[in-house]
Amino acid sequence: MARTHARRRVRAPRRIRAPRRIRARLLTAAAGVTALLTATGCGAADMTKQSSPYANVGGTKSVTLSVQSWVGAQANVAVAEYLLDHELGYHVETVQVDEVPAWDALSQGRVDAILEDWGHPEQERRYVKEKKTIAPGGELGVTGHIGWFVPKYFADAHPDVTNWKNLDKYAKTFRTAESGGKGQLLDGSPSYVTNDKALVRNLGLDYQVVFAGSEAAQITQIKQFAKEKKPFLTYWYQPQWLFNQVPMVEVKLPAYTDACAAKGEKDPESIDCAYPTTPLRKYLNADFAREGGKAAAFLKKFRWTKEDQNEVAEMIASDGLSAQDAAEKWVKEHPGVWRKWLP
Amino acid sequence: MTAATTSPAPATDPASGPSAGPPSGPSGVSQTAADRGPGGLRALAGRPAVRKLAVLALLAAVLVPLAATRWPSGSWPGALTVDVSGPLDRASDWIIDNRDHHPLFLYFFGHISNAVIVSVRAVYLTLLALGWAGVTAAAALLAWRVAGARVAALAAVSFALCGLLGMWLPTMQTLALMAVAVAASVAIGVLLGLAGGLSERMYRALRPVLDTMQVLPAFAYLLPVVLVFGIGVPGAVLATVIYAAPPMARLTALGLREADAGVMEAVASLGATGRQRLLSARLPLARKELLLGLNQTIMMALSMAVIASVIGGAGLGDRVYQALSAVDVGKALAAGIPIVLLAVVLDRTTAAAGLRLGTDRDAGPRWLRGWYAWAGVAAGTAAVALAGRAAGSADWPEGWTLAIAEPVNTAKEWMVDHLYSGVPVVGGTADWASGYVTWVLDPLRGALQGLPWWSLLLIVAAAAWLIGTWGTALTAVLALAAIGVLGVWDPAMDTLSQVLAAVAVTLVLGFTTGIAAARSPRLERLLRPVLDICQTMPQFVYLIPVVALFGVGRAPAAAAAIVYALPAVVRITTQGLRGVDPAALESARSLGATRGQQLRQVQLPLARPALLLAVNQGVVLVLAVVIIGGLVGSGALGYDVVFGLAQGDLATGLVAGAAIVCLGLMLDRVTQPTARRPGKGA
Repeated sequence: MARTHARRRVRAPRRIRAPRRIRARLLTAAAGVTALLTATGCGAADMTKQSSPYANVGGTKSVTLSVQSWVGAQANVAVAEYLLDHELGYHVETVQVDEVPAWDALSQGRVDAILEDWGHPEQERRYVKEKKTIAPGGELGVTGHIGWFVPKYFADAHPDVTNWKNLDKYAKTFRTAESGGKGQLLDGSPSYVTNDKALVRNLGLDYQVVFAGSEAAQITQIKQFAKEKKPFLTYWYQPQWLFNQVPMVEVKLPAYTDACAAKGEKDPESIDCAYPTTPLRKYLNADFAREGGKAAAFLKKFRWTKEDQNEVAEMIASDGLSAQDAAEKWVKEHPGVWRKWLP
Repeated sequence: MTAATTSPAPATDPASGPSAGPPSGPSGVSQTAADRGPGGLRALAGRPAVRKLAVLALLAAVLVPLAATRWPSGSWPGALTVDVSGPLDRASDWIIDNRDHHPLFLYFFGHISNAVIVSVRAVYLTLLALGWAGVTAAAALLAWRVAGARVAALAAVSFALCGLLGMWLPTMQTLALMAVAVAASVAIGVLLGLAGGLSERMYRALRPVLDTMQVLPAFAYLLPVVLVFGIGVPGAVLATVIYAAPPMARLTALGLREADAGVMEAVASLGATGRQRLLSARLPLARKELLLGLNQTIMMALSMAVIASVIGGAGLGDRVYQALSAVDVGKALAAGIPIVLLAVVLDRTTAAAGLRLGTDRDAGPRWLRGWYAWAGVAAGTAAVALAGRAAGSADWPEGWTLAIAEPVNTAKEWMVDHLYSGVPVVGGTADWASGYVTWVLDPLRGALQGLPWWSLLLIVAAAAWLIGTWGTALTAVLALAAIGVLGVWDPAMDTLSQVLAAVAVTLVLGFTTGIAAARSPRLERLLRPVLDICQTMPQFVYLIPVVALFGVGRAPAAAAAIVYALPAVVRITTQGLRGVDPAALESARSLGATRGQQLRQVQLPLARPALLLAVNQGVVLVLAVVIIGGLVGSGALGYDVVFGLAQGDLATGLVAGAAIVCLGLMLDRVTQPTARRPGKGA
């Protein structure tokens, strides 16, 4: 009965219907706005030429760097930022974006450079080879490797766990509520390169891939497991500072071969071997690479080692230094390394 | 804070902060009371319900054997799905290939993007030019002008705190972004609202759209926005506008439609033209709704601040997001608190302005009134800004900061250490999490995925029809069927099981707390700031501690959802119980009813509309967070959306987003009390 009452109430105020003239006015107004838009729209507005509204305040030259979520990448960016700021007089903006959208942003000029890319062949083909909106910036000097890891305290007690063939034996040990009856293989952020689902299936393992959804969630979970000294199996990568806090040992997967890589390229679902080691690369927006002056030249020359990167990353991650402070400390201690980068 | 906002009947009681209020005032309650009385349950199962079920049973008897023999599978039949990934991938490729030179982008989206950048920059530069002293003074003076001295003090303290937390520049960036987004939302909302308020046909066309927007989790449409506008401020502003404009439109239309017929008649009889009637009678009569709309729009825009950071929104949201990826709760909190402060200040200011409407605020000396006061505000701001500049830099002084990150992190560690496991009697949070997953979520998910698809459609139809009209039932069934057609039936059932379980926990906790708070004003006063904070604190801030406590998986997502949805449920329950006609209570008391009897037989039945609304709100809010739970391992649709965003995969992300919308629509219709349909609440 509440409803019938309600209906009447909605219909009752018929008088409120808009008078013709108001409607006509609204129409005219709408037409006017459209006309205005068309009139102002006579010039093209290229979105790739639009920079951040917060950039270049107070007439400084500014560079925008993409900073990925992992601390190694933060270390690159922090040192580059410090040197660009203190040695070359640039103002540096950083944006945190996932890897694939970062390529997109780089192509559009929203970001000037990515300092650590883990290999995105599809994007490389599209933007570097076909559209030529992104220019390669050389190697970072660090090699990245992805793999499956177990904590050292567990591997020490059960040395045979480090071969994938024995993993099924431990499936019960790695079980959690989320993985149901199978062992849990903890995966991280959806933005990372992973074949784990295909690997588990093709190797016939009694495991369930559980996606943590973000690296933060994955790290929190790993630390919590480590604190409790619980066994776990996780997708992880090197170089990564977490190894210093939670020592982990890699589980050997079937060796990575060219044949396997070729097969995987044709059909990602069929892959059945380990991950390759990837030399990490830098990429620059094509316009920035041409017209970026000293900043672009500096970023192209930026090249350091895994030890250098880990030193800075560890200061950030475990010593609680801010990225800027860590970068400053490293820069003060290693002038020999970075002097070569200056244009 | 979407709590306030997603409320179908947005906060009616401005004094209660960013809160959701029940739609029906005391009058509505007492009227329902008259026909329901203590025998409410029996009335509910009365004849109309039986008739509806009979019709459904008849339909089912005809259709189910057909469907079951044609497609015998339990899950959604593959023959009835449409694979949209091909066209979506092509669309995505087309956009990426043409984004830099196609006229549509150069002459349309490009200008929108440019306009956003120019205006955000203008506001940002103005704020920087005012300096910290100027901005704080402006905020305090403005708040004093529209809302009085107490709110002014609150504003000044809040802005100072933002600086003290070392978040001055990000706060200004967020403020600039918010100002532009709110202005655009209000402009669009008022335009749509005018159209809907003046034309019945427009109103009918707009209603379903606005209804859908209200249940749409913001995460679901970030991807298309990013694809068109790219990472950055324009995309962030547009996503915010899409999210924040609907309440303004809804409330404007509502205000215009509810204009007192008598007054309108009088104005018309005085020979006013159409425009005069609109400007001099209808809009002024609707100003309370307009202000409420502004309030809601601001709150929704702020709740988007953090989510928009995923697509490059910069400012405070970005700081929260970066801290999240560094697993640093302290830093996330330092950036989250300014968001809460901004929300509270803006909410109190607009709410107090709404309260003051109609009272004689023009009392006091001449220089405190009208344009003099506004000029005073401007002059005061200018003076303080100049003084600030003369005294030092415009940036917040570097030494004046308060480092809260360390102590907060220590506190979090302590909490996790002591709650994670081995707590006597109740067990640790880790045990709860695994118990919840094993004994609640898994069976529920198994049941939902195991039930034949047609039986779920039937259940939804029955539930929606019993509580609503055949129209709502049809929408609900179609929404659920659309999920199947999109080919994401199983993940959607997974998400649904998470939502249902979390809603059940939320309701149990919320109703008990609400009942307790309704009985004890002291408890309510104690709860109020806690609820305010839970509602306005960006969910990202508590995702990390929640993972530390409950591990990765569906349990932390449920915990976050419960924290987020609980305040709205508690508030609506408390207000609903408080709104019960005192006369009814008094007569029950005089008949010798105990407190328990009063509660069960008078208060709860009378507050039924409010309780139903609480259920509805709980469902919508829980769904929103379960989706964000994709970031902490809740899997299913939430993960697909996150995956789509992270990989730029439109096919996965958009399909999951659409399925979430359908799920939201379905859940909303199934829990939507009929009382919401009439003008007032909607």
